[in-house]
Amino acid sequence: MRTSLDNYLGIHPQALQLEAKRNELLAANLANVDTPNYKARDIDFKSALAAAAGADPAGAPADDATLLKYRVPMQPALDGNTVDEQLEQSAFAENNVRYQATLTFLNSALKDLMTAITGS
Amino acid sequence: MSSSFKIFDIAGSGMSAQSVRLNTVASNLANADSVSNDPNAVYRARHPVFQAVMGAEPGSATVNVAGITQSTAAPETRYDPGNPLADAQGNVYAPNVNVVEEMADMISASRSYQNNVEVLNTSRDLMLDTLKLGQ
Repeated sequence: MRTSLDNYLGIHPQALQLEAKRNELLAANLANVDTPNYKARDIDFKSALAAAAGADPAGAPADDATLLKYRVPMQPALDGNTVDEQLEQSAFAENNVRYQATLTFLNSALKDLMTAITGS
Repeated sequence: MSSSFKIFDIAGSGMSAQSVRLNTVASNLANADSVSNDPNAVYRARHPVFQAVMGAEPGSATVNVAGITQSTAAPETRYDPGNPLADAQGNVYAPNVNVVEEMADMISASRSYQNNVEVLNTSRDLMLDTLKLGQ
């Protein structure tokens, strides 16, 4: 059930959850950079966000295993590990900027709301 | 979203695994010249085996050190009759530690450790920013 506050904040709460989840995935990839046979995983952000936007806000579509994809390695490693350290690092940096952008959107929306409530 | 604190477990497990690796490198380098008079008793190069531990949620994998293996390569035989540890043939046995390999391993472990620290710091900053939401 969407409340008017959910409608007011728009897609941003779901985006924030999804970005936090993606950060976790990228952290797992970076932590397992030397683990033999570890396969790097990531989510397709666009389709995951579309799924999150269409779903009930109480659900957790970001955790849906079907949205998790395996990374296609640029070059094979002898130990079967598919983590590309540089790629994961840049994805992590990018995702952090996205997270901060979402936080800024949410913050300004909440500030606007506070202004409207207090009337000052 | 069961817990957003899981990222600390993940990066922390990576750091602890890499520090085990650094420990084995330190042990190998320190004992690189620990000779023995018995080829079976000489120090052997130790290496950790990393293993991914999949969490309850898909995709969030921590790192576990499954064990420490000892290299099975033959120890180096050195003819050194002046050495007090030399056997009847005048030989001592040196560990099968490859110092160049260990140095490369050390750099790799230290870079991976730094990566995990970076992830930890960034995530902490983001979470602190999230706590300040609406203030």
